[in-house]
Amino acid sequence: MTASKNGTLNSKVPEGNLQDKWDNHKNNLRLVNPANKRKFTVLVVGTGLAGASAAASLAELGYNVKAFTILDSPRRAHSIAAQGGINAAKNYPNDGDTVWRLFHDTIKGGDYRSREANVYRLAQVSNSIIDQCVAQGVPFAREYGGLLDNRSFGGAQVSRTFYARGQTGQQLLLGAYSAMMRQVHTGKIELFPRREMLDLVKVDGKARGLVARNLTTGEIERYAGDAVLLCTGGYGNVYYLSTMAKNCNATAVWRCYKRGAQFGNPSFTQIHPTCIPVSGKYQSKLTLMSESLRNDGRVWVPKKKGDNRPPNEIPEEDRDYYLERRYPSFGNLAPRDVSSRSAKYVCDEGRGVGKTGLAVYMDFADSIKRLGVDAIKAKYGNLFAMYEKITAENPYEVPMRIFPAVHFTMGGLWVDYNLSSNIPGLYVLGEANFADHGGNRLGASALMQGLADGYFVVPYTLSDYLAENLHSKKIGTDHEAFEKTEKETMERINKLLSVKGKKTVLDFHRELGELMWDNVGMSRNRKNLEMAIKKIGELRDEFWKDVNIPGENNTLNKYLEYALRVADYMELGELMARDALDREESCGGHFREEHQTEDGEAVRDDEKFSNVSSWEYKGDDKEPVKHTEDLNFEFVTPTQRSYK
Amino acid sequence: MTIHLKIWRQKDKNSPGKLVDYTVDDANPDMSFLELLDWLNERLMNEGREPVEFDHDCREGICGSCNLVLNGMAHGPMQGTAVCQLHMRKYKDGDTIVVEPWRAKAFPMIKDLVVDRSAFDRIMAAGGYISVNTGAPADANAIPVDKYNADQAFDYAACIGCGACVAACPNSSASLFTGAKISQLAHLPQGDPERNRRVVNMVDQMAEEGFGDCSNYAECEAVCPAEISITSIAKMRREYFNALSEIE
Ligand SMILES: Cc1cc2nc3c(=O)[nH]c(=O)nc-3n(C[C@H](O)[C@H](O)[C@H](O)COP(=O)(O)OP(=O)(O)OC[C@H]3O[C@@H](n4cnc5c(N)ncnc54)[C@H](O)[C@@H]3O)c2cc1C
Ligand code: SF4
Ligand code: FES
Repeated sequence: MTASKNGTLNSKVPEGNLQDKWDNHKNNLRLVNPANKRKFTVLVVGTGLAGASAAASLAELGYNVKAFTILDSPRRAHSIAAQGGINAAKNYPNDGDTVWRLFHDTIKGGDYRSREANVYRLAQVSNSIIDQCVAQGVPFAREYGGLLDNRSFGGAQVSRTFYARGQTGQQLLLGAYSAMMRQVHTGKIELFPRREMLDLVKVDGKARGLVARNLTTGEIERYAGDAVLLCTGGYGNVYYLSTMAKNCNATAVWRCYKRGAQFGNPSFTQIHPTCIPVSGKYQSKLTLMSESLRNDGRVWVPKKKGDNRPPNEIPEEDRDYYLERRYPSFGNLAPRDVSSRSAKYVCDEGRGVGKTGLAVYMDFADSIKRLGVDAIKAKYGNLFAMYEKITAENPYEVPMRIFPAVHFTMGGLWVDYNLSSNIPGLYVLGEANFADHGGNRLGASALMQGLADGYFVVPYTLSDYLAENLHSKKIGTDHEAFEKTEKETMERINKLLSVKGKKTVLDFHRELGELMWDNVGMSRNRKNLEMAIKKIGELRDEFWKDVNIPGENNTLNKYLEYALRVADYMELGELMARDALDREESCGGHFREEHQTEDGEAVRDDEKFSNVSSWEYKGDDKEPVKHTEDLNFEFVTPTQRSYK
Repeated sequence: MTIHLKIWRQKDKNSPGKLVDYTVDDANPDMSFLELLDWLNERLMNEGREPVEFDHDCREGICGSCNLVLNGMAHGPMQGTAVCQLHMRKYKDGDTIVVEPWRAKAFPMIKDLVVDRSAFDRIMAAGGYISVNTGAPADANAIPVDKYNADQAFDYAACIGCGACVAACPNSSASLFTGAKISQLAHLPQGDPERNRRVVNMVDQMAEEGFGDCSNYAECEAVCPAEISITSIAKMRREYFNALSEIE
């Protein structure tokens, strides 16, 4: 039985009409006067879209910012890899889009497991994001008339996605990074690359600093500040194989969890339907093929089990275009969770293709016939080239092979409307928080959320907190709390280094990943989740007894960095399984086999689970306690999603 | 397949480095080159030896982290491809590959194949931006940009900041990197008000960091994974001279 406390979390959503909440709230937030701003230091951890935009905006306002990243430059953050685009309700194409519609699509897409007020605000500020980025020189796609071009993405019925070829994330991040570097130049931002936050420092219950490992020298460094902003991205790498960059990790959020920050909906993971399948044991990561391909690619498998003919020799009548068959109105554009699960089903039936049988075809032959090779090349040239580089197959001639892969984590640290965690002074932005995507994220909405949080939300809400703390005592890094936290961190590192076991970190990570993928992946059930919880515990014990970490602490040592991260995944993985077990319903990407219709569609339980599960750490040998935040839908009516 | 590797090993900036021989006898043609290094490292650690350090993150050619010189070619033999996207099928059974880091005075050694490229960030801080505060801009469609200039700006903006151009240049010049940013912003109306200051500050910073001058070898363009055109360097020069004459 999970201990739980109902409705104990205060989301601090302001009163009033949905449309007015954010404006009213802004009117009521306290301000810090310019002369006082420079008395505050804000620690921004992570320099992806969320971190870079927050760091730049706060520095522009006059706060002192210290910015941290594990990579050698802020520009390399994982956001750089986003391909498809960013949503905004500009309605430039005049096709009927509005802020309300963007809000409604996003909250429905999330299967009604996100907070109305947050999602509405996200849609509201989306337009300012585009204005900001264009002013920074982000080269979005344009039409011949010189105005911005939009496309439809992820099954949306309007064209609201702004894009920069297949490199939207890169261009947005470089925009935010350049804004940030401008403030580095003025001295308002101090940059700390190759630093990994390993713990949070709390004084009197408030976040007052952090300890970080200098990844070049191994030194543990202390940083004090008036607030800490976690912008450290998602934790999809718990699954080992994912589309996340190799250094993405959960350490910062997990360490904050262990210091008392609650973790919201940890099991909500997005599995993206169109990735390049695994080719062998040496595989180190998976590559996404942008969802935009589903606008022109038709997904199919052979009708018969074990049909090994090359795809081009399988005649029409022996093919099963299963998405078109099951979801006639959305077809190949069915949402990500639905498409991913459908691919799993056909592979489970033994109809998967390729060497491993864990793939389905995405076929462009019909579109090439209809539109011509040149048109397809113009739209997807870079994606086709990337596919060919990786697989050595030419997708203009043979269908692509694709398979779902872990891509994004909707779960994350719990935050209120102000993006504050339950620890005062600890704010969480971007993919690291749980806030806006509910059970399933729609395409082109994570970039929007990261930039909304950093440019347009936190600069307001943080000022309210700082204004309240104007007279609180400054804390130096010689405070005993730093002493203690540093010591605990060093002990953890030394303990790991002293194991000197026989299995590599990668061996453990791969094993954990398989457990997670098989049992806490696309399709979940009680029996497997219970088994996974047990096995993860056993694997964790084994890890601490038998892991082999080479080298020393006092130098660049990437396998030590890796070991520290995997140690945290071993704990987080278990919490994800617990959350999945506890949530007795299917919603969005969380599919419990016990809760489905006769034809395999998800069944939500709004009676019991129209809420956020937020977990509180109680100690390494104790079970975590679940708190809930009730989701009140005042302005939309949750319906069963149907894509039939 | 069997692959012989000669890999640069160096403990730190102050220790001497050398090439060390390794053989991987169970490489797979579908492995990426970085996966081959992972594979080798697993082997080394199982034998109680220290793994090879190298930078990497996205492994899909966009973050600019990976930085290996293979047989004298920055990013290896495939044009327009970062080394993380190179697959072993490009090689033959029995091949020998020499693996070295970027070598340039402005990129100090950290360990093995890892170097410090923070000089690039300082060049960017010197002027690689349009000065606009959050919340200030007008509607995004207020200033149209003709498609030609928008596309040009994009071509230059595609730089991934990897530093291969520096590694390949006999003078260790960072001109392709710096020129790319200057050219991107020079093609956009939004970048116009600061164009003189920008080019002068960035070019001066480049020299201060210890990067060499450009003497048109064009080696940079040949290795650039983002296929940045060397016309960006010509553009940077024009912008620079214009700026000097206008400032004077
Ligand atoms: C392949 C791919 C394609 C995508 N395409 C799209 C798309 O088209 N549209 C869309 O909307 N979304 C897309 N997404 C999702 C989106 O890119 C991400 O959700 C978003 O960019 C996350 O941004 P972020 O700022 O929260 O975190 P990140 O960009 O992940 O940044 C995290 C930062 O934190 C730092 N960090 C992490 N841990 C620590 C630590 N302990 N100490 C110090 N620093 C730390 C990292 O160095 C990094 O700087 C895509 C995702 C993937 C994987
Ligand atoms: S110009 Fe090309 S080679 Fe130079 S840093 Fe940019 S992407 Fe790398
Ligand atoms: S690892 Fe990102 S470009 Fe190679």
